[in-house]
Amino acid sequence: MDIDPATSIARFENVGLRYGLGPEVLQDVTFELKPGSYHFLVGPSGAGKSSLLKLLYLAHRPSRGLVHLFGRDIATATRDDLPALRRSIGVVFQEYRLLEHLSTFDNVALPLRVAGVREPDIKRHVEELLVWVGLKDHMNARPPTLSGGQKQRASIARAVIARPSLLLADEPTGNVDDRMGYRLMHLLEELNKLGTTVVVATHNEAMVRELGHPVMRIGRGQLTVTPGTKSVSGEGV
Amino acid sequence: MFSRRTDLPLDKDALSRFLPMLIAFMVFLAALAQAGLIGLDELARRWDTGLAAQLTVQIPPDPDGGEAANARRLQTALNLIAETPGVEHTEVVSDQKVLQLLSPWLGVVQAADVPLPRLIDVETDPNIELDARVLQQKLARSIPGAQVDDHGVWLARLIQMVRTLEALSAGVLALILTAATGTVVFTTRTGLTVHAEAIEVLHLTGAHDSYIAKQFAARAWAMGLKGGLIGVALAVPTLLGLGLVADRLQAGMLPDMALPPLGWVSLLILPLAAGLVAGLTARFTVMRTLRRMI
Repeated sequence: MDIDPATSIARFENVGLRYGLGPEVLQDVTFELKPGSYHFLVGPSGAGKSSLLKLLYLAHRPSRGLVHLFGRDIATATRDDLPALRRSIGVVFQEYRLLEHLSTFDNVALPLRVAGVREPDIKRHVEELLVWVGLKDHMNARPPTLSGGQKQRASIARAVIARPSLLLADEPTGNVDDRMGYRLMHLLEELNKLGTTVVVATHNEAMVRELGHPVMRIGRGQLTVTPGTKSVSGEGV
Repeated sequence: MFSRRTDLPLDKDALSRFLPMLIAFMVFLAALAQAGLIGLDELARRWDTGLAAQLTVQIPPDPDGGEAANARRLQTALNLIAETPGVEHTEVVSDQKVLQLLSPWLGVVQAADVPLPRLIDVETDPNIELDARVLQQKLARSIPGAQVDDHGVWLARLIQMVRTLEALSAGVLALILTAATGTVVFTTRTGLTVHAEAIEVLHLTGAHDSYIAKQFAARAWAMGLKGGLIGVALAVPTLLGLGLVADRLQAGMLPDMALPPLGWVSLLILPLAAGLVAGLTARFTVMRTLRRMI
């Protein structure tokens, strides 16, 4: 049964995930992301953070349990339904995953081109966003010539260019220094203030404590959620 | 179906760089097979229309008589042939033409040097079945040794052989098409593996399978077209050369074997066909392969 998307961005009920015939990497995971909420996803390496994010950005389907995204039970979603759902989700990868043969501009423009947006509109939106993330002067540069922080900002720009409802960031500060890490987290905070639901997987406990958002802690495949110390509109667990 | 812009670095694939060369080779072979098919069909058609309603009557020279006796035998034969139902026209072949026909075997000789038979070309009504054996018996009664050569008998065998060669050419074309399709499928699958990560990024940004398939199809179309043009560019001089050699060899014994103008035009369709086959195959392969993913 579908859920009203106005009240729930994502809802997991007793979700389990296993790869092939291996053990379950996620067990009975239950949580809900309300519109406009901001969560940190923490846990040791190999605990299942990336697997949980992959379920959220539809790179995998659960082995069991129910996953609702934007009110839609994804078990009923066909392959042709996935692109529309994915266009509502922005993903920032730790390893950036920029296409190296494309310029910064073209990398950031990718979600708009895929969605069939007209080139003049693409040019306007991408240039505006590159100014916002401080990459205006690097729009023609290819990823191999960019620094780690620049690549991650390009990755964030690509993730948000299509104005997704849900932004997922997997260790966005993992490959940058602290100063750049705080700058990137500031960008994510700004996006959240504009209404985007954000989930950030991180190892940076100091940053998690400082920003005070609710924390989804994952260990041995199981998830516990603790409320944040900072009040954010719409957040819920 | 095709798009010029590409988000995938397909131009940099080492394997796909060889595809135009492979397609060029296949199109070259296809052009030869197609030219053979068209040329043979034209040849069979010309033989069929040119010789099917014809007979040749051979009147041997009178061993005891002179020129006057031979002239009487010829006139008798012409009269008997003209009386036969279904005969439309008769024409006596000149001695000069008979010598020309015999020159591959006898070399240059004069009419006086050899006892020449008289030949009569007979055109018959294609709608009336004329029994050559009955005519032969009728002629032989008055002119001993007279022979009727019914072209239909050997022509039917010759045309059957040509049709067999045509079927062989069509089979070669089908094999080339299968090989070309298989090559594109293999190259496309390799491309999908090489670019799996970039394809995943496209999927995660909301790309439909068809968006990715379009890029592979556009690339395959361009490579197919390029390979096709190279293949035809190589095939045209080869066919012209073969035509010249055939002209020298046939020495008046066979009808003209040159490719008709429409045959040349049809060769120009090959590059487009190669591009189309490559593009459609790539698109189908990508769609089918991606369907198996999440």
